[in-house]
Amino acid sequence: MYTLVNRIATSMETIIREGSPKTPFVRLDGEKGVVEIKGRSIPENSVEFYKPIIDWLEKFGEAPSEETNVNIQLEYFNTSSSKCILDIFKRLELIHKKGHPVEINWYYEEDDEDMFEAGEDYQSIINIPFKMIEMEE
Amino acid sequence: MAFDLKNWYLEKKQGDIILEYNGGITPELISEALESIENSLNMKNEKNRVRKKVYNVFVESLQNLYHHVDLPPSTAPVEQSSNFGIIILSKDGTFYRISTGNFVKKEKLNYIKDRIDQVNSLSDEEVRMLYRDILNNDEFSEKGGGGLGMLDIVRKTGNKLEYYFYQFDDEYIFFSLDVYIS
Repeated sequence: MYTLVNRIATSMETIIREGSPKTPFVRLDGEKGVVEIKGRSIPENSVEFYKPIIDWLEKFGEAPSEETNVNIQLEYFNTSSSKCILDIFKRLELIHKKGHPVEINWYYEEDDEDMFEAGEDYQSIINIPFKMIEMEE
Repeated sequence: MAFDLKNWYLEKKQGDIILEYNGGITPELISEALESIENSLNMKNEKNRVRKKVYNVFVESLQNLYHHVDLPPSTAPVEQSSNFGIIILSKDGTFYRISTGNFVKKEKLNYIKDRIDQVNSLSDEEVRMLYRDILNNDEFSEKGGGGLGMLDIVRKTGNKLEYYFYQFDDEYIFFSLDVYIS
């Protein structure tokens, strides 16, 4: 039993993906409990891009860290990414509901009403503490 | 009267042309087109808020084309690319216009028309609510967007979509869409 738990805990690799002109920087750190997505997200095939992230979260959900901090700092994203981002939040919501607190920090530039409203959209759908953080230009 | 692509171009090319493209709509083309408008002086001098909106709506428009375009009719005076589309981004006075054009099979006309008419008929608040509804429904379309594209464009621009259907021949329609950002 011990070895099995141990194996799950150590099998949670940290994923770092550098950003590209169409895809965001991603950092998934199971040990520290950090999920970070930054930049722009406009791939034609978002499902393909986000699949490894969803898979990682599913695994992480089996043995989550005590707390999870989620930082979303997107410049802009396409509609096909918007569903994938929701999917990420739904995975995190399950973790939060199981008693492992999750907090989402949603960053937006001070004059960016679109990104602010996008945050509001998710906030209205997802039951996780959601902090809107304004950044100065 | 027969549809004349040249006249269509003339009409859409009013103002300052930032980008014009016709041919196959591919992921590579979309990347290049975005990079090209990012490097344009018009965009560099634009307010952050407007600039981001233009990029966002521009990408959404091109990806809409990418996911939906067909092979053009063999008699059309254009490149016979399996995913042919036209995009023009211009600055006309105080607003940016994104015009797209592509050939569609006649039987798709009603579907497209109904879709746009529906989006155009909604108030800002209704657009926001419908967007949230679709976002949250579990149906994941093959293409990932789940029908949010047009709605997102209207929401971000705050303007109605202007569309025209021109009969090209018995089988094809030329579908023209204008989006304004101010």
